[in-house]
Amino acid sequence: MEALRNFFLPPAKTAVAEQYDTLFWFVHISSLVVTIGIVVAIIYFIIKYRRKSENDVTPVITHNNKLEVTWSVIPLIITLVLFGWGFQTYIDMTKAPTDAYEVNVTAQKWLWRFQYKSGASTTNELHVPAGRPVKLIMQSQDVIHSFFVPDFRIKQDVIPGRYTEAWFQAREPGESIVFCTEYCGTDHSNMLAKVIVHEPEEFAQWLEDNSGAATKPTDLAPADWGEQLVQQNACATCHSTDGTELTGPTWQGTFGSEEQLADGSTVTVDENYIRESILNPNAKIVQGYGQVMPSYQGQLNDEQINAIIEYIKTLK
Amino acid sequence: MATAEASSNMKKVQVRRYKPEENADTNYLNAESGLRSWLLTKDHKRIGILYLIATTFFFFFGGLLALGIRMELWTPAATFIEADTYNQLFTLHGVIMIFLFLVPAVPAILGNFFLPMQIGAKDVAFPKLNLASWYIYMIGAIGTIFVIFAGGIDTGWTFYMPYSSTTGGAVTFMSFGVFILGFSSILTGINFITTIHKMRAPGITWGKLPLFCWSLYATSIIQILATPVLAITLALVGMERLLGIGIFDPALGGDPVLFQHFFWFYSHPAVYIMIVPGFGVVSEIVSTFSKKTIFGYWAIAMSSLAIAFISFLVWGHHMFVSGQASLANMVFSFLTFLVGIPTGIKMFNWLATMHKGSISLKTPMLYILGFFFLFTVGGLTGIALATIAIDIHLHDTYYVVAHFHFVMVGGMVMAYLGGLYYWWPKMSGRMYNETLGKISALLVFLGFNVTFLPQFVMGAQGMPRRYFNYIDQFQGFHQVSTIGAFILGIGFAMVFYNLVKSLFNGEKASANPWNSRALEWQVASPAPPHNFDHIPVLIHGPYDYHKPMADFQLGLAQTNGHEPEMGTHIEADKEVEMKD
Ligand code: HEC
Ligand code: HEM
Ligand SMILES: [Cu+2]
Ligand SMILES: [Cu+2]
Repeated sequence: MEALRNFFLPPAKTAVAEQYDTLFWFVHISSLVVTIGIVVAIIYFIIKYRRKSENDVTPVITHNNKLEVTWSVIPLIITLVLFGWGFQTYIDMTKAPTDAYEVNVTAQKWLWRFQYKSGASTTNELHVPAGRPVKLIMQSQDVIHSFFVPDFRIKQDVIPGRYTEAWFQAREPGESIVFCTEYCGTDHSNMLAKVIVHEPEEFAQWLEDNSGAATKPTDLAPADWGEQLVQQNACATCHSTDGTELTGPTWQGTFGSEEQLADGSTVTVDENYIRESILNPNAKIVQGYGQVMPSYQGQLNDEQINAIIEYIKTLK
Repeated sequence: MATAEASSNMKKVQVRRYKPEENADTNYLNAESGLRSWLLTKDHKRIGILYLIATTFFFFFGGLLALGIRMELWTPAATFIEADTYNQLFTLHGVIMIFLFLVPAVPAILGNFFLPMQIGAKDVAFPKLNLASWYIYMIGAIGTIFVIFAGGIDTGWTFYMPYSSTTGGAVTFMSFGVFILGFSSILTGINFITTIHKMRAPGITWGKLPLFCWSLYATSIIQILATPVLAITLALVGMERLLGIGIFDPALGGDPVLFQHFFWFYSHPAVYIMIVPGFGVVSEIVSTFSKKTIFGYWAIAMSSLAIAFISFLVWGHHMFVSGQASLANMVFSFLTFLVGIPTGIKMFNWLATMHKGSISLKTPMLYILGFFFLFTVGGLTGIALATIAIDIHLHDTYYVVAHFHFVMVGGMVMAYLGGLYYWWPKMSGRMYNETLGKISALLVFLGFNVTFLPQFVMGAQGMPRRYFNYIDQFQGFHQVSTIGAFILGIGFAMVFYNLVKSLFNGEKASANPWNSRALEWQVASPAPPHNFDHIPVLIHGPYDYHKPMADFQLGLAQTNGHEPEMGTHIEADKEVEMKD
């Protein structure tokens, strides 16, 4: 039973997800029964009433109102039950409890940003406490995206110019994958994130450690901090460090090299150029690439940008 | 001589039996020859064939694209193409299959060919308009494909704003192409409605109208009412693009979700434009191959109209997670369930028709049996998706991809292929190879299930739709699906081979190889140039298998002016009574 359940659905990591699964199984098992009924009837008919000769005579049965009513009313009742049950569960899935912990979510091609009340912010990693409802207040910077966590059975479109909401309450610490499920272009299928559920104390600690993310931790060299920032800001979804071609140019050996730009001119990759590329990416477009890099104006401060430059310098 | 004595609403007419000629010398195919005679034809049958050639081409083109998509998904990362190419592939595949193949398939090919014959007419009401609609279709089709290629459109067939506005002017052109296609289907719809109202032969009351005609009638209503919404959408997109009035694009102060409302207000009914004609084909074939009166004639006929009507009220079920109000979601969910009822009624009536029948498992019937299973699965998963809560998790995953392929391919394409085989003798004058027909039907059925059943599972597991890359856990499912797609592809290729081969060395078809009672079978094969040389008279319904065949071959004794010669095919006059 357990194995069968896991074959069809991802693990249910919230109480709502379990509620969802009950309904899911009810609908699918009753559908299965109906399907089997129909298949059995067809097979029985084609065996029993197989044509014996071209002169077979068949009875004249034009209609039967009692039957018509039966097979209209019974499905109607079943669907009404499904409708009511489905709507009730839907309300539970979408109406966040008032005491929920709020996180702001910003979607943009092709990454997810999460901003916490304490001032901490993360990219492509959503940190939350276990056992506490979390409400996401979401908005998109560009096109429509959709926030989907299979383990929680939640999905909500994220729209430009308007806020949408989703909520969940993870039961136990662990990790769950987030997909973007509204088609948004080239890297739609790479627009993934993780929900990382912590024990409540651990989460409090995490918040504290990360609220000061804007200043360099004393125990790190600038280039190492730069590497961390690159991870946190998901630059790596578009830039490789080993020469692999992704959506953006690789950083391997880029520092000090000459870049060919789309407008035909060339530029030397130095500190100023990298800084400009981060704050105003569309000012100079590298030849062969699209205008897809988001601006990090207001997201990264000078100290952070310097650290990233130091890191890029190390990638020979 | 014809005597018309009105007694209450019964009247007496003088009729003769006109037996269909075997091996007639002239038929619609050889009556005229040369490319010109085809390109300028006003014969509804030839226009049907023109549509058949065009849509077959587009179907195989779209199918090749599908194989490309499936091949790319063999591995979780890039297999042989880039992400952008992949995105263009599924867009092109979707647009071609929906607007170029599925919408015109049954109405414009089989409908054009058989609707006039089924009601005893010599042609549709507006033959020139009929030809014009083919040209409009071709212009729209070629234009659409051209725009997709030239503009590199990668928005998916749904063109959601504001993403689609980033592809420059292409969306405007694209929706213009789709609108031209829609216009062609409006014209076909108008033609069909008029033909059904005005051109029925004596005795074909609404209660004797073949169910295929009823389904085309319902479809035509949807086509005429829904397509203008597409024009409105187009006008709005144009105003936004050209005049900068913010309607859909948030950058201009518009509302992108509004676009989805407009899009689905047309496209959901369009889904029924695709499936309802298929229902008509199923009714014809089930009755013929069970040799039994159709069960619940009125229930089936009226449920088509009910579906047509409700289909206008359910578009919001595509937008349960779009941020639409819960109240709207509730109403749309409820109305969507309601569509399930008339659809279920049809299923049960078809099954009841088979009960106590004399069932022959020829190729057309095999497709219909396939339809019963696949459409049941498609329909019931539709019920699952109508349950709002369930849709939240499944929306935009492969579960939905599997659901709509079960309905559109498992439902409509099966019905279409069944219909094509069923009417092939009348269209081509040849019999296809039965063994090959059966083998390919089984291959199609098998391939289809191997392709799309795993997609339900991976969708429920969370695999999103329109994904070029995917996480490793789904690879097994994707590979099975890809293998299935190739089996399915071979199946379709065999169908094509079988039908084309029959043109060259198929056995000559008799006028009525299935012993059907329907009117289109009471003339020679291939069909005569003007369908009937007499005015047919119907005294029974098209499914009255308990009545002798001779009763279905009657025509007025006197035809306008010229008196047909008595001979082997025409028997002496007699008098029948019929409803006015
Ligand atoms: C969505 C994909 C994407 C993300 C995320 C992204 N970039 Fe880029 N980046 C690009 C593309 C595409 C280009 C080349 C086009 C251009 O010049 O804008 C580029 C160019 C650059 C360049 C110039 C490189 C050269 O070889 O000339 C730098 C430096 C850079 N990005 C830094 C970053 C940093 C730092 C981050 C993370 C904070 C980041 N990018 C995140 C897509 C991205
Ligand atoms: C020959 C067998 C077919 C196969 C193997 C196949 C396969 C696929 C695949 C893999 C996708 C892409 C899903 C994604 O990336 O999310 C797709 C999408 C689609 N298919 Fe098919 N398909 C087939 C036939 C058809 C037919 C006959 C139709 C309609 C008549 C059809 C209509 C569609 C539509 C509308 C889409 C959605 C496109 C979009 O999302 O924009 N397919 N198909
Ligand atoms: Cu996306
Ligand atoms: Cu719909």
